[in-house]
Amino acid sequence: MDKMTQLLGWVDDRFPLTKMWKEHLSEYYAPKNFNFWYFFGSLALLVLVIQILTGIFLTMNYKPDAEMAFASVEYIMRDVPGGWLIRYMHSTGASMFFVVVYLHMFRALLYGSYRGPRELLWIFGMFIYLALMAEAFFGYLLPWGQMSYWGAQVIVNLFNAIPVIGPDLSVWIRGDYVISDATLNRFFAFHVIAIPFVLAGLVVAHILALHEVGSNNPDGIEIKKNKDPVTHIPLDGIPFHPYYTVKDIVGVAVFLIIFFAIVFFAPEMGGYFIEDNNFLPADPFKTPPHIAPVWYFTPFYAILRAVPSFAGTQVWGVIAMGAAVVVLFFLPWLDKGKVKSIRYRGPIFKYALTAFIISFVGLGWLGVQPATPLYTKFAQFLSLVYFAFFFLMPWFTKLDNAKCKPEPERVTG
Amino acid sequence: MSEKTVDRSKRRFLIAATSAVGGVAALGGTVPFVMSMFPSERAKAAGAPVEVDISKVEPGMLLNVEWRGKPVWVVNRSPEMMDLLVKHDDKLTDPKSEAKQQPDYCKNAGRSIKPNISVLVGICTHLGCSPTFRKDVGAADLGADWPGGFFCPCHGSKFDLAGRVYKDVPAPTNLEVPPHKYISDTRLLIGEDSKGA
Repeated sequence: MDKMTQLLGWVDDRFPLTKMWKEHLSEYYAPKNFNFWYFFGSLALLVLVIQILTGIFLTMNYKPDAEMAFASVEYIMRDVPGGWLIRYMHSTGASMFFVVVYLHMFRALLYGSYRGPRELLWIFGMFIYLALMAEAFFGYLLPWGQMSYWGAQVIVNLFNAIPVIGPDLSVWIRGDYVISDATLNRFFAFHVIAIPFVLAGLVVAHILALHEVGSNNPDGIEIKKNKDPVTHIPLDGIPFHPYYTVKDIVGVAVFLIIFFAIVFFAPEMGGYFIEDNNFLPADPFKTPPHIAPVWYFTPFYAILRAVPSFAGTQVWGVIAMGAAVVVLFFLPWLDKGKVKSIRYRGPIFKYALTAFIISFVGLGWLGVQPATPLYTKFAQFLSLVYFAFFFLMPWFTKLDNAKCKPEPERVTG
Repeated sequence: MSEKTVDRSKRRFLIAATSAVGGVAALGGTVPFVMSMFPSERAKAAGAPVEVDISKVEPGMLLNVEWRGKPVWVVNRSPEMMDLLVKHDDKLTDPKSEAKQQPDYCKNAGRSIKPNISVLVGICTHLGCSPTFRKDVGAADLGADWPGGFFCPCHGSKFDLAGRVYKDVPAPTNLEVPPHKYISDTRLLIGEDSKGA
């Protein structure tokens, strides 16, 4: 026995290192038919690491003070060696996080990954998505630019619409009567410690839940149903390490090429990743002529704007926007299809999913446009399509069952 | 003590009682944290009333004043503006100012103490953007019958020169009139009125 093996044995007697390695990597059996859509889970983890690492180094020079915040960001950009790179990695990382997570969620819709027995896995994932939105929102105030300020103003004022406690609640969130130094300071605390802590915990829960039930796959069938009678290893499973670690490294390489192409050549992405107005310091007396949230919030923002005020309150738009996110939690129970994967679903589901994707992307586009009467009509129509996808799902998935193709016994391709 | 003498109901009672008392203590422990997020004494002090000299505000002009960190507009409405103000009641959500968005002494046609001087919190009642002052009558983008007023660039809400909201816009209520009073003919105190509110 060599020295390394001896050392490992010493550690294993005191900490389940080899056991964890086997459970989660070398003896975690994932379906052998993963495709392109299965890159985005590991990529999300990569972006999380990029965000935490760049974030730590940004806090070394950032000042969470209304008088100094904007200047300290410019200081990082101009005077701190490599500061511009770290800051652009962080700002690009925020947008790329949502790109990767939206594709990851779309994969779940395609192959029914949210269906039983993976309901909790989906719910943990949804909580990660919520935490991510909170993290992005708190973080966007920190540069203390015009869009930071007015974006936060609009979002915090959403709480004003809540009956009875609304106005006090929004004062409590801000710690002042308007967005101010107190607000900036607490958002900094939420952004750098509270939410990242929650996020990390949720990611662990998400991965533990995944490894407990096992990964879904593009055929939407359970590989655990066909196990080797002797070894009890799923016949269609391959060890995550080395097979999928190597596959994911290819994904990481391609992703990083795209990521750094953006960081170096288009960090503002034409005003979509960093909005033009955020290069002006926050001014509480001057609202920018056109306020739009960053692109990843725009579908929900478009829904908010589409609902007119009614009975003397604008709470309905806020409810609709909240419902648009919350309804996703119920997906596992709304889908009554007898097959999981789009490969074996009938045409009704395919049309419905297409309509949903069009509504989501369309609302996202409308959310960055000014609210003209015509665009508001479009947004109202697309909001109806968005909600119809969820509320009609129990019926159209049942109807679709008649046209389903039979699922294969073993995974294909 | 042998297994037989274990009093299970006593155990259950003790577990429930300690959990309940512990729960109350934990809940009480959150109070200082929740309280610490309310506006500090310094933030409250900054919310004190402000005094403004309005002698230099010519008819048709708007003066922007900071009160509690919010923009407050003081508009001197010209006679032409006053004439136009009464002609579009049918287009407004709340032309008679029924909603409590103003002190009682401003629940009148012009929503003001002096007929021509309008004092408004310059924050849209929709989502808190600051609308722009658009006194250009018949502005191209706002329609030929635009009598002058305020337009919110965020979500397109429209208000007239008394801060009254138009129908079919996202904002649900008229702009807020802050408590205010005149100390002299040209000196205005924003944030405090005669009742001491």
